[in-house]
Amino acid sequence: MQEVAIVGAGQSVFSRNCGMSIRELCFEAYKEAIEGLNLSHKEIDASIICSAPEYDKQRTPAALISEYLELTPKPTFYIESICSSSSTGLRVAWSLIKSGLHQVIAVIGFQKMSELTSREAAERMGRGDDIMFGSPLGITMPAGYAMYAHAHMAKYGTTEEDLALIRVKNSNYGAMNPKATYRKALSLEEILTSDVICSPLKKYDCCANADGSSCLLIASAEKAKKITSKPVWIMGIGMGTSELNMSARESLTSLNCAREAARQAYQMADLGPEDIDVAEVHDCFTIAELLAYEDLRFAQPGEGVRLIRDKQTYVGGKIPVNTDGGLLSKGHPIGATGGSQIRTIVRQLRGEAGETQVENTQIGLIHNVGGVGTYANVTILGR
Amino acid sequence: MGFEKFGVVSFTSDAKVAPLVDYLEKGKVMMTKCQQCGKAFFPPKADCPRCVSSNVEWLEISSIGTLLAFTVVNYGPSGFENDTPYTLGIAEFEEGVKVLGRVSKAISPEDVKVGMRVKLAPLKLANEQIIYEMQRS
Ligand SMILES: [Zn+2]
Repeated sequence: MQEVAIVGAGQSVFSRNCGMSIRELCFEAYKEAIEGLNLSHKEIDASIICSAPEYDKQRTPAALISEYLELTPKPTFYIESICSSSSTGLRVAWSLIKSGLHQVIAVIGFQKMSELTSREAAERMGRGDDIMFGSPLGITMPAGYAMYAHAHMAKYGTTEEDLALIRVKNSNYGAMNPKATYRKALSLEEILTSDVICSPLKKYDCCANADGSSCLLIASAEKAKKITSKPVWIMGIGMGTSELNMSARESLTSLNCAREAARQAYQMADLGPEDIDVAEVHDCFTIAELLAYEDLRFAQPGEGVRLIRDKQTYVGGKIPVNTDGGLLSKGHPIGATGGSQIRTIVRQLRGEAGETQVENTQIGLIHNVGGVGTYANVTILGR
Repeated sequence: MGFEKFGVVSFTSDAKVAPLVDYLEKGKVMMTKCQQCGKAFFPPKADCPRCVSSNVEWLEISSIGTLLAFTVVNYGPSGFENDTPYTLGIAEFEEGVKVLGRVSKAISPEDVKVGMRVKLAPLKLANEQIIYEMQRS
């Protein structure tokens, strides 16, 4: 028996412009997470608020969200690891419950990317790397992942078509996700002929900014059994970090932070890649999903392409990946993304994934990366 | 002061490694090396965290390097609007460092290949800023 459970998981609709304030946006996810549970807001001992502050207009949003959800006067604080923020929030919640300090915690992630003008977004995009030795040369997130793509192609013979096949798969599932920003199945042809952003990555190899929120309700074993009949247990968590400046990294064909996070999570859960029934991986770019196949050891280095070519990462395959359409379809509201990925695995484990349900899921995995492979969280859940 | 001259766009002025800019002005691309343990640093570090020492020396990266990765950037961030398309690359040098930098516009983007041999050279920009670039060796 594990000691910490996810009792509720929710997200807002992800969209290009949500048309509401951040507090109202967070309520959407909180509502879906708490509905149907035997849990009152008064029993929530603490809240952890996750976003990337450079995209927020509101300074110190934790207290604001706590106020709106009437979680005061209980503790609230802010956690950030860019795109991996809400998985890091889960990590902190796990340890606070494990320590016995708290019994029930809400982890709320959000981002309202539409609050920024495109000029403001471009300015922030320009400071996303090392501001002494990276940003002054014009490196951006797509440029960073594009360099990984070219390095992987040169070393292993991966092709642009292999990368496009990942978007074909994810757009297929995105079309079935009512909460996704992009709900259209794309053809290989459409993807391969889209505008080149940073070679070899094209428009459809890249995810888009979005507005959205996510909420995870975490509880101790004792509490969890009173709150729900379907707790999902946290079996393993791992986190790793790579150098911010890519030139300081050991490998350009693999994310060291993700390999380290996976090693820790598998070890804690006493499980291996062969035990995973369904996974959500951080596909901010198509190449990122391919690297995840290898970093999570679903495939040997350089052999990840076989999984997508043989459709082994489709529902019905050896290891279904991103059955909610991934970031590529859902859109990427930075602070909310990890919570949304975790929600999908919770639904898969509870048998609530509808037409994308993977049969007889016992164990699921979430891989959530921040930046260009800078931070990585890997979480293993079981029912 | 001094470091603000580095970059197409600069975000930093004060840095102990500002001599990088002076060396670039003199035609040299330099790294630092810990005088105690011999570890080479690029980007240059003013301090060696292993030895907890600030006893570092400056050395030129003069070897021929190998390009490990690259991308042609068609959409740049603020300040780079007039600069696109530009090519970024990461190359590995015999001095024991990897360098992230611009690939010279003298090399046409379709000729840039992983594995190509490159050397580093300073590049003075029209706005008086300075960077380094990778040139065909
Ligand atoms: Zn040293």
